Amino acid sequence: MLTVKVLGTGCVNCKRVEQITLRVLQNQGIDAEVIKITEYPEIMKYNILSTPGLVINEKLVSSGRIPSDEEVKIWLLSAQN
Amino acid sequence: MIKTDQPFFNFKRWSIPLSVSASAIWIVAYNYIQPLANWLTYDIIGLGEKSQLGESLAFFLYDVPKVLLLLTGMIFLISLLRTFFSPERTRALLGGKREGLGNVLAALLGIVTPFCSCSAVPLFIGFVRSGIPLGVTFSFLIAAPTINEVAIVLLFGLFGWKVAGIYVVSGLSIAIISGLIIGKLNLESEVEGFVWQIETAGETRMETLTWSDRVERSWLGVKEIVGKVWIYVVIGIAVGAGIHGYVPEDALAGIMGNKAWWSVPLAILIGLPLYSNAAGVIPIVSTLMEKGASLGTVLAFMMSVVGLSLPEIVILRRVLKPRLIAIFIGVVAFAIVLTGYLFNWIML
Repeated sequence: MLTVKVLGTGCVNCKRVEQITLRVLQNQGIDAEVIKITEYPEIMKYNILSTPGLVINEKLVSSGRIPSDEEVKIWLLSAQN
Repeated sequence: MIKTDQPFFNFKRWSIPLSVSASAIWIVAYNYIQPLANWLTYDIIGLGEKSQLGESLAFFLYDVPKVLLLLTGMIFLISLLRTFFSPERTRALLGGKREGLGNVLAALLGIVTPFCSCSAVPLFIGFVRSGIPLGVTFSFLIAAPTINEVAIVLLFGLFGWKVAGIYVVSGLSIAIISGLIIGKLNLESEVEGFVWQIETAGETRMETLTWSDRVERSWLGVKEIVGKVWIYVVIGIAVGAGIHGYVPEDALAGIMGNKAWWSVPLAILIGLPLYSNAAGVIPIVSTLMEKGASLGTVLAFMMSVVGLSLPEIVILRRVLKPRLIAIFIGVVAFAIVLTGYLFNWIML
């Protein structure tokens, strides 16, 4: 099972990243635990300078922008293999 | 290699040729707005050339497509430029710079680095923890929202390049001066303690982008920004068009002109709580100026709308103690007042 973390304090963009991730997971039938990280000390552990951030299996794959469904799909599938 | 199903239309593959043809259409359209607006108002609708309604409508029909076209084109170019910058790269460029030069560089990078005020806290922590001086960090944090890309485009479209240039230069000055003052005050102890205890692990992620990635992201930027502000622009121009046709010239010279000393601080106070409406405020402000409001007062108003925003102050409170927040607001407001008076005095 994958562990997916959405880094962000609840701004609109962070919610959109979470929605995209959940949608792709559902469409692809991937089993994953999605965790929202909203506290700054925890967010800063991934050494990012802008939110929203997306972490898959402890690897930061995106920060500071909203990735497309296609990109998230590729990241999730390659993390699964 | 992962197989992905091809979407119906692969935008990425066509993004560059599509952008080239879009530019050609853009240039043609831009040159036909004025005759089209006049033709619609005076020949099709049949309003008189000297009538107030006719003047307002022609103004509206000309300004809306012009400003929206300018917004689309210029936001695309600005977004493209921004794909070459990232907060990570900016941090690397600012590392090891002394105060002074560092403040100037930070303010300049504030214009081109993609930045959303919701990221102010991670950026602040990441900057100060990597050893960038507090004052230099503030120069960046002030310049980034104050020199707003939508504001640049609207000022250029409605006032011309001189006023747009003055806006950028005064935004830079405000950011540099405020950062230098905050740096001199040695306020590191006024940063919340947890900032100094945070552990930042892992290497910094830097992306490598192809040109079609950059073009695709720029179109996304246009969609995002223009999609958000167009309605304010239309409403703003509609209000402006009404004032244009009906309010006599110089009607505002008494209250917003450069002889009224209190107009600058008042403009800042009114501007402070207005945040998301920056895009709608500028078209109105352009008309106010036409009716006698002075440039310095108008600039001060805009700077406080975009630069001193309550949401950003609330966000920054997470990492700054109340005293530093108060100093931050005070110093920036002071710098805006100075700039406002400076331009009122220059234009006298």
